[in-house]
Amino acid sequence: MIGVRQHFTPLQRLLHWLMAVCILAMLFIGVGMVSTVMPKYLTLVSIHKPLGIAILVLALVRLGVRLRYGAPSLPADLPEPMKLAAQLSHYALYILIIGMPLLGWGMLSAAAYPVVLFGGAHLPAILPQSDGLHTLLWNAHFYLAFVFFALVLLHVAAALFHALVRRDGVFDAMAPGVASPRGRARGVICCPGGASRTRFVAIAAIPP
Amino acid sequence: MAQSSQSPKRSMFGSLVLIAVVIGGGAAAFAYTAGWLSPQRLTPEKMVAALAPPTGVALGHRRNHAKGICFTGVFEANGAGAALSKAQVFTRGQYPILGRFNLATADANAPDATVRVRGMGLQISTPDGEVWRSAMIDPPFFPVSTPQAFYELLIASASKDPDAMKTFAGAHPEIAAFGAWAKSAPWTGSYAEDRFNSLNSFVFADSSGAEKTVRWSLLPAAQPVPVSPEDLAKRGPDFLEQEITERVRGGPQYWTMMVSVANPGDPTADPSKAWPEDRRAIEVGTLTVQQIEAERDGPCRDINFDPTVLPSGIRTSDDPFPAARSAAYAKSYDLRTAEAADYPRTATDAKP
Repeated sequence: MIGVRQHFTPLQRLLHWLMAVCILAMLFIGVGMVSTVMPKYLTLVSIHKPLGIAILVLALVRLGVRLRYGAPSLPADLPEPMKLAAQLSHYALYILIIGMPLLGWGMLSAAAYPVVLFGGAHLPAILPQSDGLHTLLWNAHFYLAFVFFALVLLHVAAALFHALVRRDGVFDAMAPGVASPRGRARGVICCPGGASRTRFVAIAAIPP
Repeated sequence: MAQSSQSPKRSMFGSLVLIAVVIGGGAAAFAYTAGWLSPQRLTPEKMVAALAPPTGVALGHRRNHAKGICFTGVFEANGAGAALSKAQVFTRGQYPILGRFNLATADANAPDATVRVRGMGLQISTPDGEVWRSAMIDPPFFPVSTPQAFYELLIASASKDPDAMKTFAGAHPEIAAFGAWAKSAPWTGSYAEDRFNSLNSFVFADSSGAEKTVRWSLLPAAQPVPVSPEDLAKRGPDFLEQEITERVRGGPQYWTMMVSVANPGDPTADPSKAWPEDRRAIEVGTLTVQQIEAERDGPCRDINFDPTVLPSGIRTSDDPFPAARSAAYAKSYDLRTAEAADYPRTATDAKP
């Protein structure tokens, strides 16, 4: 195993956690905004659109980084069905992360709504006005949002399962913090949080 | 941890419980945000459903103001509005418009003489890519003060309980002024003779960033001629559409756009309260309607005249209605565009 990277690169981890916050916020904003006629409706919509575009941009950067740097391999002892589920759910997540903003943008375009970002900046329409297209994209955007949230829950459950039950270093590979020699020895003696705890102790030991 | 190595089974059980709590908590928070745990929340669905007429919704049509006719033309700004808003629409010049004359009814086949409130949806586009949409009506004030009260009004007016409206009026006395207007205001025989008012307030920001809360109105150039509703009924169920089509064929029709500026303390959040007549009013331009087209194949058909589609230089105010209208109009739009087959375009829309 020497020379094989056990962690995602710091840039990958930064993108992951930044997007985790953005996507969770996005899903809650989306489901909240369509449930109310109060003034917060407009506030939520005005965040939803630019945040969606921001996620799209981040996702494309992330996809490029992923293709360049790859990902640490899954533990050899992980059962095949779990490996398959992990791979398929990550493909699905990537498709949704990139697809949802495009569906939303397309849906607004097909309805001839202006796509306004922060500061009054506009995006061009990416589709012609069409009631049929609008209906198709609206339905896709709406129902896939629930699929997306279910996948996020599954993703969180699996991450916690790796971190707390299997303790196989899969969570550690994406955990925030800097890679440490202990982390690299994952699968032998690693435990989640070990790296950051060591660092914390080291900082605390420095006299003021 | 030492403890976990002593009792790995207990530790694993605890971990699984923790995971279940995190996932369950996440799902519950999502359900709460979606309103699934709050049956009292006033959702766009509820608002739109409450608009449905006893005869059933007009599939493929707007859920309110269902009957209408498209127009196109120009808005010619005189430049005076630039003192209030930096939006390009107020810079001296001519800008294309697209709009819709309509009746405030959920019944797309309502006879024109039976509908008290008339409206105008309007979109003005400027070369900088900005779009200003509004939807105005002809009463001088709105029947109620809040979106919640409007919803309750819809429920009360559809109620079989003979006291429902009386109970509603008791709780919302502002409705009395609207009732008096509906009874006494003259009817006209033409959309071209009607004045259309924003009723909702918005905030204009000039190029220095200074803000003013305003409302606007479109004042007809044509002299209004009062006609009794009984006489209007004799003109046929669609006389308004026929009349405006013929009238515009004979020559363009004009409205003057006036912007009124609120004084401090004016009821900017309550469209049921008109502002005093002496408020500063600025004439900002002239609306010219040059062509009328039937809605079925017309350019206004698939436009949502959402009053929160605003150019930079205009924003929503503390008036809660534009947000509620935006949410409900979007729902109506989503529903009706999915029902396009129930309101088919004519033969020109050949299918491949």
